Amino acid sequence: MSVVIEARDVTFAFGQTPALRGASVAVDAGEILAIMGPSGSGKSTLLHCLAGILVPDSGEILFDGIRVHAMAETQRSSLRRDRFGFVFQFGQLVPELTAVENVALPLLLSGVRRSQALPKARAWFARLGLDGLEHRRSGELSGGQAQRVALARGLVAEPQVLFADEPTGALDSLTGEQVMDLLVGTAREQGTTVILVTHEPRIAAYADREVMVRDGRVNAPDRIAS
Amino acid sequence: MSVPLTLLGLLEREPSHGYDLKRDYDAFFGRGKPLPFGQVYSTLSRLARDGKVVISDVAPGSGPDRKRYIITDLGATEVEQWLTQPVDPEPHLQTVLFAKVVLALMLDRPAAEYLDTQRRAHLHRMRELTEIKRAGSLVDALLADHGLYHLEADLRWIEMTGARLDALRKEVRS
Ligand SMILES: Nc1ncnc2c1ncn2[C@@H]1O[C@H](COP(=O)(O)OP(=O)(O)O)[C@@H](O)[C@H]1O
Ligand SMILES: [Mg+2]
Repeated sequence: MSVVIEARDVTFAFGQTPALRGASVAVDAGEILAIMGPSGSGKSTLLHCLAGILVPDSGEILFDGIRVHAMAETQRSSLRRDRFGFVFQFGQLVPELTAVENVALPLLLSGVRRSQALPKARAWFARLGLDGLEHRRSGELSGGQAQRVALARGLVAEPQVLFADEPTGALDSLTGEQVMDLLVGTAREQGTTVILVTHEPRIAAYADREVMVRDGRVNAPDRIAS
Repeated sequence: MSVPLTLLGLLEREPSHGYDLKRDYDAFFGRGKPLPFGQVYSTLSRLARDGKVVISDVAPGSGPDRKRYIITDLGATEVEQWLTQPVDPEPHLQTVLFAKVVLALMLDRPAAEYLDTQRRAHLHRMRELTEIKRAGSLVDALLADHGLYHLEADLRWIEMTGARLDALRKEVRS
């Protein structure tokens, strides 16, 4: 297995508040990694650094050999658009757009024509059990449906890495597990690498491996000699 | 898992032969550990001796497979009582892991590391159960879920204990 994305000794502070204090983690291609840890430990900040949303104060982010931490914002933003997918806890669908337009959005933003983007987006509805909901707006979807639409949007552009931050955090257990089942199932089919932030062990159990973040550091039990 | 009560419960559906009971027991309750025929028949004859089942239409020929078993009122009452009584809530983890943590602190050993090791083992088992759940039937999924929720509860206890180790150390060493 080869490492596709990696953080090396990353530090990051929000003003005076240190969020990461030398965090390192490496993720293999096709691996589903769970980042666990208590609230406020730095999980989301680590995910945002890995995804090129935040730039570390020190340390390195390497994706496919690219030095992400050294890239300009415009380059990072095209990297995110072209190679990464995202699913967050909530508030991610554009309320003015229909479900199918929401799913097509990443394709439209990277310049795919509407006539090509929409059929591609539509194909995801059957796959994720969303048949018939194509023209609903986000206000007309249940939490679980909205999250599956968000998952389709995260995967539609066939990203190399899917970043998911508490993707089931706003759902009840059964709905949350259905979303995880689909997320893991489709990621495995497509060989997508997944970085999943969660504080819930039952959600982390869908991953291949877990690391714990504590006080801004990563404690990867399976990579520490015991 | 109580074999006699489970067999009685299966008999409450309809009178059955021993091999039908074994097949259904293995399918729903065996979890990869089939019930030996010998145990099926010894259990059924004990139930018959105690008046909880009766044996009917012995077909021509001989051998235990010819017999059909029918549940009695006494047997049905026992199943009813068993189903309505709650199971003892067992604090099973507490006894071992709690003792380990307290002893580790008393002996000045790395209690936090023990907890980390336990967390890793728990998460590993949770991944296995999740895989069973993803691949298996609804019955498999429900059983796996039962295990998963228990392990999750243990993990919460591990987290809380981990966060309180310093205070606990002071208390057990004073
Ligand atoms: N936008 C922000 N501004 C200031 N502090 C922040 C911000 N986001 C996070 N933090 C702080 O950084 C630390 C790590 O936060 P975060 O990465 O969100 O943790 P987690 O995702 O594990 O709950 C916390 O102390 C948090 O309060
Ligand atoms: Mg977070």
